Amino acid sequence: MSAIEVILGGVILGGLYALVAIGFNLQFGMARIVNLAYGEFLMTAAFAAFWMFTLFSINPIAGMLFSVPVTFAANWLVYRFLMTPLVRRARTREQLEGETILATFGLLFVLRGGATLAFSANNRYYDYLGVPLHIFGFTFAANRVLALAMACVFGAAIWLVLNRTRFGAALRALAIDPVGAELVGIDVRGLSGFAFAGGGALVAVAGTLVSTFLTFNPAIGIEFTMKALVVVIMGGIGNMGGSLVAGLLLGIAEALCSYFVDSGLTLAVAYALFLIVLVVRPRGLFGTP
Amino acid sequence: MAETREETRIRRRRTGAATAALTALVAVLAAVPWFTSDYGLALMVNVMSYLVLTIAWALFSGTTRLISLATSAFFGVGMYAVAMLIKVMPLYATFAVAIGVGAALALIVGVLTLRISGMFFVIFSFGLSEMIRELMVWWEINQTHTMGRYVYVAFDTTMIYEHLLALAVLVFFVGWLLRRSRFGLGLMVIGDDETVARQVGINVPFAKVTIFIVSAMFMTLTGALMASRFGFINPNFAFNPLVSFTVVIMAILGGLQRLWGPVLGIIPLIILSEELQTQFPFWYSVLLGLVFMVIVYFLPRGLTGLLEEGWEALRRPLELPRGLTGPLLDAWAWLSRPIELPRGIAGAIEDRWVKIMPRMPGKR
Repeated sequence: MSAIEVILGGVILGGLYALVAIGFNLQFGMARIVNLAYGEFLMTAAFAAFWMFTLFSINPIAGMLFSVPVTFAANWLVYRFLMTPLVRRARTREQLEGETILATFGLLFVLRGGATLAFSANNRYYDYLGVPLHIFGFTFAANRVLALAMACVFGAAIWLVLNRTRFGAALRALAIDPVGAELVGIDVRGLSGFAFAGGGALVAVAGTLVSTFLTFNPAIGIEFTMKALVVVIMGGIGNMGGSLVAGLLLGIAEALCSYFVDSGLTLAVAYALFLIVLVVRPRGLFGTP
Repeated sequence: MAETREETRIRRRRTGAATAALTALVAVLAAVPWFTSDYGLALMVNVMSYLVLTIAWALFSGTTRLISLATSAFFGVGMYAVAMLIKVMPLYATFAVAIGVGAALALIVGVLTLRISGMFFVIFSFGLSEMIRELMVWWEINQTHTMGRYVYVAFDTTMIYEHLLALAVLVFFVGWLLRRSRFGLGLMVIGDDETVARQVGINVPFAKVTIFIVSAMFMTLTGALMASRFGFINPNFAFNPLVSFTVVIMAILGGLQRLWGPVLGIIPLIILSEELQTQFPFWYSVLLGLVFMVIVYFLPRGLTGLLEEGWEALRRPLELPRGLTGPLLDAWAWLSRPIELPRGIAGAIEDRWVKIMPRMPGKR
């Protein structure tokens, strides 16, 4: 395995992290909610893909037609019924962040406990497109390449919506200044709910992709939540391009670490990167100092 | 304003009474191991360890209003310091090392993350214990080739309990001092408004990092004391993020308005947690999550908040039922009203006239 292959493998992983982080950024940067149960929706989507594949042999990519709208609706309900009371109650942004962290941690436990009850704590795996694919003389697993392609498609779609539509402009305004957005006639509450649900839909996509090439169990969610948090902070809150770059950076760093040191240290790599960014560029990679 | 001699006397007497009552309370608590069963003592050790953790958490988070989720990181570091060093040095030396390591970790984390913004700190503290857990797993697998460690020490449950009690007294004393010092006042100003704090000349990063280190030292020492309680530890057990969140929820349930507020949250939550674990072992995680959510949604001010509201309600003037004389008084008031006579034709004409000829504004 050459160094280039390692780095390309990191890019594939990084594309997935970027997708997870962009979804988290929609929830955190736009709806202003720190959703610690975010990774649990990824886990749920992975299980949905697993069961659809093993029980009904439904192609995971086709299965997304079902799991993504359902997760979108579920997240909208979470925002509407669980988060809205906290949004109404909070006086400052810090207070809202603190309260949503605690409330969504409770939700995390409920979802993870429920998944453990329903699916047991065993590791799950299924074989989908686990065939080698030769590109430019390098060999990759086809499912990983597919994951990167899907991440690119969804990333591009998000970018187009945010930068080329009126609706996206409203969302970006929401990320920059919610009070100002309300003053120019943007329905802040409704749009926040939409951004939150959209983030949830993206994590369902990511969960389906993860399930095709990683073993998973009901406890994997929190690791993805933490990495998404780190990537979003590194790239800048509300900055989708920043999340993309930081996600790729994290993927490459992790791939290098697992090649040269140990594959069990991925979170340590994420936090090391986080610390370096904090020391060198305290306002995030693209922040203005 | 100078105190009169009378006021000084009353204040001294009050302080004396409070000190005597607290000393008696501590003495009773210290005697507990000789009166309860093993199960009761185990429960008390649990309560005491959470008491120290929660009050230590409140020292930092209650004043600066930054939610720290690093409790389990320090707790686990203390445990591992004892577990790794117990074979090469005496027990109390391992405690000292544990405090030193905890303080150093708090210093690094605090200096790097606390000077920037609150959110960075919260997120970093959230992942800290998970990261240390990962590093420990890696270390144990690659360097020592074992996943768990046995901690055999001649340090029985009674000793653990007494040490924890002493630590609890100390943490309360620190908290009490903090509420009466310039430094503590400065921290509360930071919690209320950091910009104001900086403007009035408080050294904000120094204050935050200092109190974070103090709080971390208590947490680490608690972990070190608890290491021999469990006998066998592994990274997944020592760095359990649930500990961090339980501490936060206990403090919120109790209420952060008073120094003793968190105490009210600890006992119900520990008993509830024990009950859930024994009665519904499979549903434990789901039910505990629901309990957390209920507390965040319905008791944001905690039990002390409820008590304060109850006290306010008690102090309000009572509304007595008005009895038989009430209706009589009402009837008398109704009878003694001036009688309104019909206004007749002249009145009707007057009303029309007002409508047809509106008054000029400003003229009478």
